[in-house]
Amino acid sequence: MALKASQLKVGETHTARIVEDLKRTQIVQYAGASGDYNPLHTDEVFTTKVAGYPSVFAHGMLTMGMTGKMLTDYVGDARLTKYGVRFTSQVWPGDTLEATATVKAIDGDRVELDVSTRNQAGVEVLSGYAEARIDP
Amino acid sequence: MVAKRFPIEAGHIMMFARSVGDDNPIYYDADYAQTTEAGSVIAPPTFPQSSAQFDPDYFLRPKIGQPWFGSGKTPTGVQRAAGGGGGGGGGGLHAEQHFEYHRHLKPGDVLTATVKPGKTWEKEGRRSGKLIFSESITEYRDQNGELVITARGVGVRTERPVDQPAQKSETAEA
Repeated sequence: MALKASQLKVGETHTARIVEDLKRTQIVQYAGASGDYNPLHTDEVFTTKVAGYPSVFAHGMLTMGMTGKMLTDYVGDARLTKYGVRFTSQVWPGDTLEATATVKAIDGDRVELDVSTRNQAGVEVLSGYAEARIDP
Repeated sequence: MVAKRFPIEAGHIMMFARSVGDDNPIYYDADYAQTTEAGSVIAPPTFPQSSAQFDPDYFLRPKIGQPWFGSGKTPTGVQRAAGGGGGGGGGGLHAEQHFEYHRHLKPGDVLTATVKPGKTWEKEGRRSGKLIFSESITEYRDQNGELVITARGVGVRTERPVDQPAQKSETAEA
């Protein structure tokens, strides 16, 4: 499943819908698995009445994790060598996200990718990069 | 976060993969995983973040007998921490996260984490007032002392909650 340098082109993209209508329960699931129980993500009462947000919102790391599935589905398992992101906007329950990897450079047995995830309104919620090992 | 001992466990990997919506059998099916290039179950790329589970003092986990800032009878169980934080006393928001994989984690690995503080900087934000960024670098070593993952996180404290609705991005969440 790994990518082949001989078949890759700079500018080529891979896009995947990584979540449709994000549920609060999935955010709870992520809190439990990751160990980040910040009530901002799971406690509507605290988040609206104390923190001043319109509702709970997803962990940035949940968006990075879901975007990671797009990446590993594209480059293959155990092939990532680097993956880094900035969280550029919040992700809310009900959001539908699409993640895109764009081939930025191919260098021998490595590919460099730009990574971007957008919500249903087209707002970028995550912006980053990845690097993966590829076959010849 | 500092986990003195971060054992990589198959059940934890399975739950973590489910939580990010990833049903790839490489994360839970040992028989399948044996037939792949990886050769065994591996952890998804952002799994190192769950080392928080093994940090005895992790501040975003309720502790038995101690106050917790989430809601119960009242909207928060503790008085708001001084100085804003924008995250409602949660210590601010997550601005960036970066991983370098020297190799991928598999069940049975036992990691130790070493945390080094990084840079700090300030910026004026349009949607949330003054932003104070701080970086930390975590090196995860395996049971043989080999560096397996380098993680760099950037946290941000905001003067006030990030304005909504989010039209153009700047910095936000975590």
